[in-house]
Amino acid sequence: MKNYDVVIIGAGPGGYVAAIRCAQLGLKTCCIEKNPTLGGTCLNVGCIPSKALLHSSELYWKLQKEATSHGIHMKDLSFKFDEMMLRKDNIISGFTKGIEGLFKKNKIDWIQAAAELKSPHEIAVGSEILQAKFIILATGSEPIQLPFLPFDEKKVLSSTGALALKHIPKKLLVVGAGVIGVELGSVYQRLGSEVVFIEFLDRICPSFDVALSKGLQKSLTAQGMTFHLSHKVLKADLSKDVVLSVQGPSGEVSFSGDAVLVAVGRKPVSDKLGLDALGIKKDAKGFIEIDASFRTSQPHIFAIGDLVEGPMLAHKSSEEGVAVAELIAGHRPTLDYFSIPNVVYTSPEVASVGLTEEEVKAHGLSYKVSTFPFKANSRARCTGEEEGFVKILAEEKTRRILGVHILGAHASELIAEPVLAIASRATVDKLADTCHAHPTLSEAIKEAALGVFKAPLHM
Amino acid sequence: MKVEIRVPSAGESVTEATVASILKPSGTAVKADEEILELETDKLNQVVYAPSSGQLELLVKVGDVVKVGQVIGSVDTAAAGVEAKKMPVEPPKEPVKKEKEPEKKVEKSPEVPGAFPGARKKVDAALQEMQSLEAKLPEKIASPTPAPSSARQSLPSADGRQTRQKMSKLRRVISERLVQVKNETAMLTTFNEVDMSTVIAVREKEQENFQKRHGVKLGYMSFFIKASLAALQEFPDINAQIEKDEIIYNHFFNISIAVSTDKGLMVPVLKNVDQLSYAEIEKQLKTLAEKARAGTISIDDLQGGTFTITNAGQFGSLFSAPILNPPQSAILGMHNIVKRAVVIDDQIAIRPMMYLALSYDHRIVDGKTAVLFLMHIKKNLEEPTRLLLDL
Repeated sequence: MKNYDVVIIGAGPGGYVAAIRCAQLGLKTCCIEKNPTLGGTCLNVGCIPSKALLHSSELYWKLQKEATSHGIHMKDLSFKFDEMMLRKDNIISGFTKGIEGLFKKNKIDWIQAAAELKSPHEIAVGSEILQAKFIILATGSEPIQLPFLPFDEKKVLSSTGALALKHIPKKLLVVGAGVIGVELGSVYQRLGSEVVFIEFLDRICPSFDVALSKGLQKSLTAQGMTFHLSHKVLKADLSKDVVLSVQGPSGEVSFSGDAVLVAVGRKPVSDKLGLDALGIKKDAKGFIEIDASFRTSQPHIFAIGDLVEGPMLAHKSSEEGVAVAELIAGHRPTLDYFSIPNVVYTSPEVASVGLTEEEVKAHGLSYKVSTFPFKANSRARCTGEEEGFVKILAEEKTRRILGVHILGAHASELIAEPVLAIASRATVDKLADTCHAHPTLSEAIKEAALGVFKAPLHM
Repeated sequence: MKVEIRVPSAGESVTEATVASILKPSGTAVKADEEILELETDKLNQVVYAPSSGQLELLVKVGDVVKVGQVIGSVDTAAAGVEAKKMPVEPPKEPVKKEKEPEKKVEKSPEVPGAFPGARKKVDAALQEMQSLEAKLPEKIASPTPAPSSARQSLPSADGRQTRQKMSKLRRVISERLVQVKNETAMLTTFNEVDMSTVIAVREKEQENFQKRHGVKLGYMSFFIKASLAALQEFPDINAQIEKDEIIYNHFFNISIAVSTDKGLMVPVLKNVDQLSYAEIEKQLKTLAEKARAGTISIDDLQGGTFTITNAGQFGSLFSAPILNPPQSAILGMHNIVKRAVVIDDQIAIRPMMYLALSYDHRIVDGKTAVLFLMHIKKNLEEPTRLLLDL
């Protein structure tokens, strides 16, 4: 029987990062992963492959759409889908090998197997039993399946299937216009699919500020995507093509396509771990209940990432993994949930940090808001990326930044500065008085910040 | 019917207060006279009580600045007897207890580190912390009123070896006043010692009779107050105070008594001590000290002192120089009673001795006056009969 200080179940961005940090802090660490490669959903069937495909498809689409406006003329512009997919697969295998290398460097043992807790300190891995002083649960989440639309990954796709298609569907139906839906929808729309969204709520990407939801929908619609909001899928006929019966505000309608992507959310993978026998509590949705120190009902067993409450984000999991590793090593880390960014990698991109305007109102805070459009930003004019805006909310009394919401090219990169500002509880004046390089898109952040209590210079 | 809750008057100089804590959240059922929230002013914390029974609705939150007389909520008496609702805010999560022991033999880990309640700082906590930050305004448009302080929160430093906490308003006022005294007065201290044998003897002899008759213990404090009163009457400079270029002589004798409480030092005032008997002094002292410690003291109880007595002896202090209580001009420090060898009539005798310290503002009190004042107190304590005869 092997003895460890820490055994981590799951090698996604929460688990593998926790393992590295544990090892750095001198703890004897083992990471168990049921899949053959490390990196979890993010690396294998999530963030990384989707960003690879988003970039390839965007490059093709932009050349097609914009090249001539730059005086660039091409003959016979075309793409090969299988080569695009191969590039994506190569990126993934590069990364998974990279994590293996990091594990080796940090002397972390890793076992490819499913794990089950046998007693508070014993983990069964195949026929082997591991003994651990501490256990970190990081088994992540999986796509939610609709009962009448079981995933076959040919006609009925989960996000995993949509990242591994052999052919581009002529017409792709997307159930759920959340982050995953609009990203993968964008990929196939750019590559020639007709993409139709069916969303139950009255706006797309509902966790974001309303202004971002509306602005993004406008841009994506202009690109050719169709959105049916406040529509509920009732049943499906999969006998030939995909035919969905949908309840809309003005009655029942049907949509057909050659494939449907079901992106209605994800659920934690918390069964089959043997948690019930140990009295580890879960809520009705399967999320593991933890205290203020990430501890489950068993004080030496921790849970992080998509298994616990909060947004399902790779970077949130990683930060939680680091925090738990440090807690186990006797440190006193603090993870600030107020400054966790959230991004959608469409074109234009969406990025935000802090509170939405609705949340600010719900908290009863007195606030001021300022918006600055990229149309008035010189760099955006140079590159032709004029869509979108920066919206900043600040508390009136303390002048602290409450939320920053960006719709625009490179919003995912631009958000880093507001994240640091919010994490350090900077006043909006600090952001406004900070010198930004010219000409850059980041100047739009400065201008929006100026607009909160003073006035923007270029508007 | 809805009964309004207003910010109560808290003495003349107080016009606004900060909501320090909410004891009963909005939506709960309260009984008449139940404590609902706590206000913090320059001078003290004041509890606001429910005006009648019913369902509470509060219009303020922690950190809000409220004016005297302002309506801060109401009690709906129609809803009297409603079940207390659950707190709307999420209660702090305690480490979850195991619901049931697993059936198998559980091996307990010998020690369980890994707990630090600050590890998950949720958005609500972040916002609350933000509220305690002062507005840092650009200089040119600086707001004339500083942002009010809010709920205090302890913030551990990165390595956990320090904790930062916002000063309470009371603590801030104490610190400002003390520094002000150091900066603006010419403070000096004179010392003497007093033989306590007679006072001790009187207390021993009469304690039982005194308690039977008055229902209160005969303490040392009443002797010190009476002795100080006699000295104040003899030396009016000590009972006076400076205001700009004028000296104000007080023709009343209000003695402030320092009382230590959980929240810091409080100095309630015993008024018109020249009109009080020993028993009345002891009774009033007891009430004031209880009110100060319970936090129910009013502004009136804290204002208008002309001289202060502080007893560091109760904690065992042998010798110390007290600091003035502005705008007063002198403060008497009592210390602990220790049996010491003293020389009396060329003989060494064992006597219960106490050091006395008188700190005074040299701008108004001359050295000679201060020394004679303290001598007067000493004599009156060593021979309390002098007090009877106005000597």
